Amino acid sequence: MNREDFPLLKKDIVYLDNGATTLKPKVVIDKMNKYYLEHTANIHRGDYDLATKTNELYDNVREIVREFVNCDYHEVIYTSGTTMSLNMVVFGYMRKHLKKGDEVLLNKGEHASNVLPWIKLSEEIGIVIKYVPLDKNYELTLDNIRKCVTKKTKVISLAHVSNVIGDVRDIKSIGKFCKEKNILFNVDGAQSVPHMKVDFKDSNIDFLSFSGHKMCGPTGIGILVGRKELLEDMDPIFLGGGMNNYFEEDGSYELKEVPTKFEAGTPPIAEVIGLGETIKYLMNLGIDKIHKYEVELKKYLLEQVKAIDNLIIYNKNSNSGILAFNIDGVFAQDTAVYLNHYNIAVRAGNHCTKLLKDEIGVKNTVRVSIYFYNNKEDIDILVKALKNNKDIFKVII
Amino acid sequence: MDENFRREIILDNYNDPMNRGLIEDDSYLKTRTNSESCIDDLNFMMKIEDDTIKDIRFDGEACAISTSATSIMIRSLIGKKIDEVRKILLNYQNMINEKEYDKELLGELNVYDNIQPNRKNCALIPSVAVDKMLEELK
Repeated sequence: MNREDFPLLKKDIVYLDNGATTLKPKVVIDKMNKYYLEHTANIHRGDYDLATKTNELYDNVREIVREFVNCDYHEVIYTSGTTMSLNMVVFGYMRKHLKKGDEVLLNKGEHASNVLPWIKLSEEIGIVIKYVPLDKNYELTLDNIRKCVTKKTKVISLAHVSNVIGDVRDIKSIGKFCKEKNILFNVDGAQSVPHMKVDFKDSNIDFLSFSGHKMCGPTGIGILVGRKELLEDMDPIFLGGGMNNYFEEDGSYELKEVPTKFEAGTPPIAEVIGLGETIKYLMNLGIDKIHKYEVELKKYLLEQVKAIDNLIIYNKNSNSGILAFNIDGVFAQDTAVYLNHYNIAVRAGNHCTKLLKDEIGVKNTVRVSIYFYNNKEDIDILVKALKNNKDIFKVII
Repeated sequence: MDENFRREIILDNYNDPMNRGLIEDDSYLKTRTNSESCIDDLNFMMKIEDDTIKDIRFDGEACAISTSATSIMIRSLIGKKIDEVRKILLNYQNMINEKEYDKELLGELNVYDNIQPNRKNCALIPSVAVDKMLEELK
């Protein structure tokens, strides 16, 4: 879909590393350039026309995000990306409200940014991390979550779509369960928000994090959405200009209201404006269509690779555009280097999900991750290269 | 160098590398290498006696280039005096980084004289590891 919107696709490249980052449509690039070329100004500080125009565009992005994920305007915080958002939740809210012995449920399919902050917090205040086992398809189910919940469980933290297996977790049911049990529900939306409708309120989410660059937007900008009453009781990690009402020599100070108190210093203004344009672009395209299209392409890919007998696939069943595999006996990086010879971009490695090896028994995989601008031709080129994999070492050495 | 010959040496060393597998022995120096730009993750151990490298062993997961380079490096260094080893490492690193180097010192390691830019880190892994272990001596 909409390949013509992406200048980079005019080059002879098969881009299948969308789980890492996505290509940018021209409208988003133009919108950001316009800020630099026509209305550069800082926000919330200037009394001149340029600043007024910039303020208006900048503030309006919160409204666009609000509509996109269904939350309140004041629940939207600009961050640098999912990693920062998740760290804000752990060190701004959880550090203040959890105590020794409280249990947090994670699982081994989570990205580093939803594991390491918790490990650090556990080191600091003695919370207990429990890993919910994945099922036989390496997917996370509500049933398995239920089995791990105790009276001490205070938080369930998970990716809506995991970044290697690509299983879509049933956040609506999990959110309902969390609400009934009075458990905080923290959702990493980095791999889901770009691909499908995520409804913050309807899924009873307490915190939702996502990144601009994985959804056709700029790098360096992401979002944390938090329930307002939680945000009011959350500490900012960064303090500085723009987020305080006053501070005095005697050490007294007062911070601004939510969400401004979390946004110290000059933000990435062009990126915020670019993100707004990106979300408008995705809404026009129809966010509901994207996931369906990607799943169809993955099915097509699976059908085509059936005949390749030395391919080990780890996530045939997962309902997203992500395929994790290895060529039997070939190191993942060698496969990625081989595919690069055909201008095919994929990712090899552990994908920052370093605990998944305990579940799937292998440290490194090759990951194909599809987005809406990929087409059957991309898949055909990939399949052709994979079919010829007997030649792999002739090609790469 | 003939491309088929080059490929044959690399693949032989990849498929059946020298001294793969670690042993329990506290008299060895040990290190682990993984670089930011590459997913190779190898453990090394090295025994030095009388200023001479007596043994190097390794294990872990790595690509064809770093595994084969490790194997060839091990074969090239065992039995050599430390001063000589330092010279080989320096010249090897210079070769990989496209600087001036002495071809005569490198023997079979010359198979990496035309490495693609995105494989440089892979090829450098064994030399970085041995360097790190030699640092521990200082």
